[in-house]
Amino acid sequence: MRSDTPKYKTSDEVDFVIVGSGAAGGIMAKELSTNGFRVVVLEQGPYLTEADFVHDEIRVLTEDLLTNKPKLQPTSFRKTPNEKAKPQRALVYGRCVGGTSVHFTANFWRFHEIDFVERSKIGPIPGADLRDWPITYADLEPYYTKVEWEIGVSGLAGASPFDPPRSKPYPMPPLPVKGSGVIFERAARKLGWHPFPAPMAILSQPRAGRSACVNCGFCLAFGCEVGAKSSSLAAAIPVAEKTGRCEIRPNSYVHRIETDSNGRVTGAVYFDEKRNTHLQKAKAVIVCANGAETPRLLLLSANKQFPNGLANSSGIVGKYLMLNSGGVATGVFEDQLNDYKGFAVSRILHDFYELDHEKVGFYGGGGMDARFDITPASFALGSLPPGTPSWGKGFKDTLANNFTRTMELFGHGTSLPVETNSFSLDPDLKDAWGLPALCLTYKDHPDDIKLSNWLSQRALELLDAAGAKQKWAPTIGEQQFAVHLLGTCRMGNDPKTSVINSDHRTHDIKNLFLCDGSSLVTSGRGQPTMTIEALSFRAADRITALAKRGELT
Amino acid sequence: MNDNLSRRNFLSRGTAAVSAVWISAHWTAIVAAAEHAHQAAKSSAPAKFQFFSPEQAAEIDAITARIIPSDETPGAHEAGVVYFIDRALTTFAVDDQKTYRNGLPQFQARVTELFPKLEKFSSATPEQQDQVLRSLGQHGGGGPRMYRAAPGAAPFFETVRVHTVLGFLIDPDSGRDGNRDGVGWKLIGRDRDHMFQPPFGHYDKDYAGWQPDPPNAEKTKA
Repeated sequence: MRSDTPKYKTSDEVDFVIVGSGAAGGIMAKELSTNGFRVVVLEQGPYLTEADFVHDEIRVLTEDLLTNKPKLQPTSFRKTPNEKAKPQRALVYGRCVGGTSVHFTANFWRFHEIDFVERSKIGPIPGADLRDWPITYADLEPYYTKVEWEIGVSGLAGASPFDPPRSKPYPMPPLPVKGSGVIFERAARKLGWHPFPAPMAILSQPRAGRSACVNCGFCLAFGCEVGAKSSSLAAAIPVAEKTGRCEIRPNSYVHRIETDSNGRVTGAVYFDEKRNTHLQKAKAVIVCANGAETPRLLLLSANKQFPNGLANSSGIVGKYLMLNSGGVATGVFEDQLNDYKGFAVSRILHDFYELDHEKVGFYGGGGMDARFDITPASFALGSLPPGTPSWGKGFKDTLANNFTRTMELFGHGTSLPVETNSFSLDPDLKDAWGLPALCLTYKDHPDDIKLSNWLSQRALELLDAAGAKQKWAPTIGEQQFAVHLLGTCRMGNDPKTSVINSDHRTHDIKNLFLCDGSSLVTSGRGQPTMTIEALSFRAADRITALAKRGELT
Repeated sequence: MNDNLSRRNFLSRGTAAVSAVWISAHWTAIVAAAEHAHQAAKSSAPAKFQFFSPEQAAEIDAITARIIPSDETPGAHEAGVVYFIDRALTTFAVDDQKTYRNGLPQFQARVTELFPKLEKFSSATPEQQDQVLRSLGQHGGGGPRMYRAAPGAAPFFETVRVHTVLGFLIDPDSGRDGNRDGVGWKLIGRDRDHMFQPPFGHYDKDYAGWQPDPPNAEKTKA
């Protein structure tokens, strides 16, 4: 299949350059090439395939097979803008064709109606700049459905009384229930809550030439060796390549977007594997590089005409970062769950999606899932009960007993948009190519911390109701490590308070578009990838319409 | 251990337990997994030590054997963890060479300090060995989930401990000379196969299937 894909010359002005091939970029490539456009996707990571997706924890977790490389791409962290940032591993994202969708958990619930209109519903919140989206759930609904049917999501429509309206059922039944899911379902119902089969971007049935999940047990953080996980690599990029109009160009590290004297972008400048520089010319550029690298690229592209970086007349590129809050609890049970078999999550609940703020005393809401997503060595190093000996017979016996009897509850929640929480360019630290490194500045809004603690308590309550023999929850601390990268180039109607409009077009540059986690206006309740993909389907429609009306040139 | 099975044995071993419908639905996946296992099986077998001298290897082996001791079930020694560490130090853990080079003599000095008649950890009794390890401090096993071994900076014993755990529990088919014969996975109950069908364990085996909430269930807010 790949041999049929075109090879465009860098001097050949293609219709679109897409920067990044992940959740958003992969779908963008599929949609635009299907719609007849000539597309080059520049991906900084390698083009790995299913044969590369081993179950070797060292290769994947220690050697960062699928993710950003801290040695080549150092990062720094500080809590507030007044501090000097310290070099520190600050984030993880997928760095291969397919991006983060290759290694994610694949929890795929839709955002609810409230996520788009929270500001008008609950008013301003001190210490945050909460805003409504310029689009509503109803605008995005057809595209959520597209994700479910075209990318592949398993689930059961109508199973949750809290679900937003949908135009079509899921294309496939839910994945099988795991022991953790049964325990969760029974205990949650005892407490009067409403558990339901988790919507997952993993195939429960063979579909579109891809296999159903074989429950191998190496899911979160690993690539799927049978193509059952609905990554962009498995579900979108093959379709794009089949059009004969889309070239995926791996090992291409875009570090500048070029502009002309009219203030239009003309293409993307990148290093190839040998660190030679190229300019790929294009009529328009769409940046889908994730909520950290997209703002970084805009800032790196600063020039005389755009001294604060591209699309940054508002000065908010990189700001209002949201990581999602959350609380985890772990339980050990009498009998064997063998929850290492299978994907991570089989049951979730949304009873806490819209909390009564007056009653709980803080803003926010969340979802909760039952899971086991820990591979053997990682389990032994980080998931034994507090106080377990770290070596000797006590260590060995606990390991032997607990691996098959442990499950986790994961509460996922809102983060408030705070201006000082951001990704910016570190003034001193450089990456292996000599470019300014990413600096993470983050201090959770106090309400986010309160919500995380509240979710931890609910998780412990559920483990109690489930009759866990042992249960514990780590203390909630302020976050210093970013996984969900949201809100850093947010969407809005006002060019002073947002970076892109509802077409994902930057307010400042007519032929520059951004689409990924950076576009989100609010954080949802975790699990953002479903929404990122729906946005990408929608953005591709909008961009296609603009291009066909000749409004890009 | 006669349990030297891997994914490539799935077709011959697994069919009895797996329904034909499931097999046909997953056929492409099974072939992919079988090929995958075959690739893994091609990787090299344990050979001579690359980094350790035989004397050093004996000491490291003795330390790993107190971290995951051998009793009724195999421990780090039977899993060949010392071979895994030797190979690690010339591959992914090359940054830890110094930790071993400097740490081992200091560690042996500690042995002599506690037991003046002994020069080597390996010649101490298990009780004496545990006393040496206890003198280096006790680690809490809980805490935040550890995502990876901290490179370089970790003190000697913690580095050996992390490497021992990795070498004991790594996918035995990953070609890293660890978890020999899958003894680590056998201990923790991790089946060496890489494809499973439900029910997976005790709690889902009698699950009656999804039942919707009763129709009169209130949509309550917490």
